[in-house]
Amino acid sequence: MSASTPAARVLRAAGLGLWKAVLFVLLPAVLVTIWWFASAGSTDPQVPALSVVLEKFSTVWFTEPFSQSLFVKAVVPSVTRLLIGFGIALVLGVVLGVLIGTFRPLRDFLEPALEFFRAIPPPILAPILMLFLGIDHALKIAIIAVGAVWPILLNTIEGVRGIDPVLKDTAQAYRLGPARRLFALTLPGAGPQIFTGARQALSIAMILMVIGEMFAAFDGIGSAIATFQATFATASMWSAVLILGSIGVVLALLFGAVERVVLKWYRGYLRTQRGGA
Amino acid sequence: MAGKTHGADLSVRNVRKVYTGRGAAVEAIQDLSFDVKAGELVCVVGPSGAGKTTLLRILAGLLGSTSGEVALGGDLVKGPPPGMAVVLQEYGRSLFPWMTVAKNIELPLKEKGVPKAERKRLVQEALDAVSLADAGRSYPWQLSGGMQQRVAIARAVAYEPQVLLMDEPFAAVDAQTRLELEDLVRALWQRLGVTVVFVTHDIDEAVYLGEHVFVLSNRPTILLEKVTIDLGANRDQVATRTHPEFGRLRNHVYELVQHAKKGARSLDEAGLAPAWLPANGETTVRQRELITAQALAAPVVDATADVDDAPVDDAEQAGSAEA
Amino acid sequence: MTTRTTFRVPGWALGLAGVAVLLLVLQVLPVAGVVDRRFLPPATEMFQALSSWFVSPQFWTALGQTLTTWITGLAIAFVAGTVLGILIGEIPGLRALTASTIEFLRPVPSVALVPLVVILYGPTMQSTLILVVYASIWQVLLQVLAGVGSVDPVADDTARSYRFGLLTRIRTVTLPSSLPYVITGLRLAATVALILTLTGELLIGTPGLGSLLLIARASGQYALIYGLVLVAGALGLAVNLVFRQIERWTLFWHPSIRGEVAA
Repeated sequence: MSASTPAARVLRAAGLGLWKAVLFVLLPAVLVTIWWFASAGSTDPQVPALSVVLEKFSTVWFTEPFSQSLFVKAVVPSVTRLLIGFGIALVLGVVLGVLIGTFRPLRDFLEPALEFFRAIPPPILAPILMLFLGIDHALKIAIIAVGAVWPILLNTIEGVRGIDPVLKDTAQAYRLGPARRLFALTLPGAGPQIFTGARQALSIAMILMVIGEMFAAFDGIGSAIATFQATFATASMWSAVLILGSIGVVLALLFGAVERVVLKWYRGYLRTQRGGA
Repeated sequence: MAGKTHGADLSVRNVRKVYTGRGAAVEAIQDLSFDVKAGELVCVVGPSGAGKTTLLRILAGLLGSTSGEVALGGDLVKGPPPGMAVVLQEYGRSLFPWMTVAKNIELPLKEKGVPKAERKRLVQEALDAVSLADAGRSYPWQLSGGMQQRVAIARAVAYEPQVLLMDEPFAAVDAQTRLELEDLVRALWQRLGVTVVFVTHDIDEAVYLGEHVFVLSNRPTILLEKVTIDLGANRDQVATRTHPEFGRLRNHVYELVQHAKKGARSLDEAGLAPAWLPANGETTVRQRELITAQALAAPVVDATADVDDAPVDDAEQAGSAEA
Repeated sequence: MTTRTTFRVPGWALGLAGVAVLLLVLQVLPVAGVVDRRFLPPATEMFQALSSWFVSPQFWTALGQTLTTWITGLAIAFVAGTVLGILIGEIPGLRALTASTIEFLRPVPSVALVPLVVILYGPTMQSTLILVVYASIWQVLLQVLAGVGSVDPVADDTARSYRFGLLTRIRTVTLPSSLPYVITGLRLAATVALILTLTGELLIGTPGLGSLLLIARASGQYALIYGLVLVAGALGLAVNLVFRQIERWTLFWHPSIRGEVAA
């Protein structure tokens, strides 16, 4: 049959790829087009035309010279603080989570208190942290770290606790030392759960980034938004929404890429577990 | 029979284990004492719930005993001792799923401080030994159950242990694979000369594999009998299993385990004579029936005396040889 | 190996001790002057503030407003997410068509919408509701999609071979087997919805506990702020417990739960 010749297979694969590409862009394209035409010539100041918003996108955020543009002065510090805060939360959450998850009495001792801290919706802590830290960089980073640490911490504890006892026995029987046990057993074993926590933490961190900046603003996206709000620059605000949205999408893509590499084994493992069961 | 003896003596003295969880304490092991000589292959059987796994975990140093002691090569076991490798029943769960097969085998070697080139050689040799030469770069979950258990065995072999503990390693693989793996264990044991303790609930497997079979009672566990399996060094799935002596020993252990299930706590209570009484031909079967009848009729205290007085000279010799 | 007869303290007692130690630390730090007493009042003052809230009608109104926003948002997100999820999952081709859009919209942080809702609706409950629904609908939708994807193909084929209509198929096959996912989605959404309710109240000034906190902050009554944090924590804890319990009740029969017990 011709279907099995290499050329036919390539063609078919290309056709499939093309079809997938069409499916991928079809709905977003349709939605943007609808938005474009529905808002075209809009006179409502609250809902500016998409063309105006896109224009603002470049005139507000990407002015010349680039180094003086709002993008560099607002987005860069915001994202930097976000990453530092998230990084602190990640390190703190994993280190403490491994400790607490490993030692049963410690876990019993701390868990109810931790459950309470986790349950506090993180935004409400922002005003309190402001009392201690003033309104500088440290505050905004602290707000992010303090809010984002809980899902990572509790998921790490859960992940460490859930490591298969047979694996623990194996590690013990072969006399693995503490360091090797940590890197060969505990961290990879809790890995899937740590990633789950980190993904939740990332979206909380993003919320707290904006909150911190709106409360105590002198730079960053949040303060830019506050300024637009005060000056009724609605088209600029719409463009800020697009910027925030894109940051979220880019961070999620980066996170997904890291997860795909680190947890490559886990996806294969899950597939076989489901298939076998 | 093993080429060179790598193994270490394993001695178990008055080991007792009581679990004290919530509620009442459960006595899992009442009193167990036995020796496994360096380079021996011993199988441990017993009814389900006989504390076989508890015993193995105590031997492995994974579980503390309530009293008594275990010594490996003269050193008391207080935690997992060096020079010991284990193969557990749950093959799918004893291999690190985030590591390739080769990394799994290499991991304990790293901990031992084996140099890199040497590690590579040991890993490859172990993989060759279990006929998985090409599987090094696969992940465990990409392999079939039997293959995964081969990897666990390869990991133990590469570790070059003095004693190898196996806890129902083939309980979860299919029958065909099981026979292959049994022969693999015999072959590796003969080549490496390690001491092997093999826990199983499968009586045929125990008799086929072991030089000795230790039969355990129901909980709280004691040792019912040490059966010596005199089937020669070279065992064969067809020839050995059809050998009359195999059948006799198998039946003996089977009957004993059946009685143990119902609560028998000694050979006498089981109404059985020790396995070393010869059983070639009809006479001995009748003899055994006679002895059994006597044992049943006589008061418990005298039962052993009756058995000892039985007019079987060579049996006496065999008994003293074992002791 | 020696005899070990150590007395083991039960877990709950240790946990209670943990909470007690935490309260003690919170009491001692400000009293000893390690931290500024104005900024971190002693635990006793926090609880006093809490009890003073309990007698204030203003507090109960705010609590009611917060709960209303939360539960309305959660209900809308749950129903919309479930319906959308089942439609997208069941109607052939729809999943492939919407996949990229979902992938792009999902990570858009809900706070990005704050400026928008402020210009559109001002500081009203509607503004916060939009944030809440937008943030929590993804939790439900993605879980439902995973649930529909997990439907046993044999069961689905059987239903198709008997020519069940779409609705019957959804009712007899899709819904029961994706129920655990739906319930998990509900639990996740409940937590997210609470976070976003308070975020909206703090950022937009929608009436509720969040705006009450802003008032307390403006008047410098820090103990009152801590009292509200305690309330918010208790609220979060209650939401967690209740929805976990719902998960357990509804799913005790389901293989995914039974499987977990066995494994």
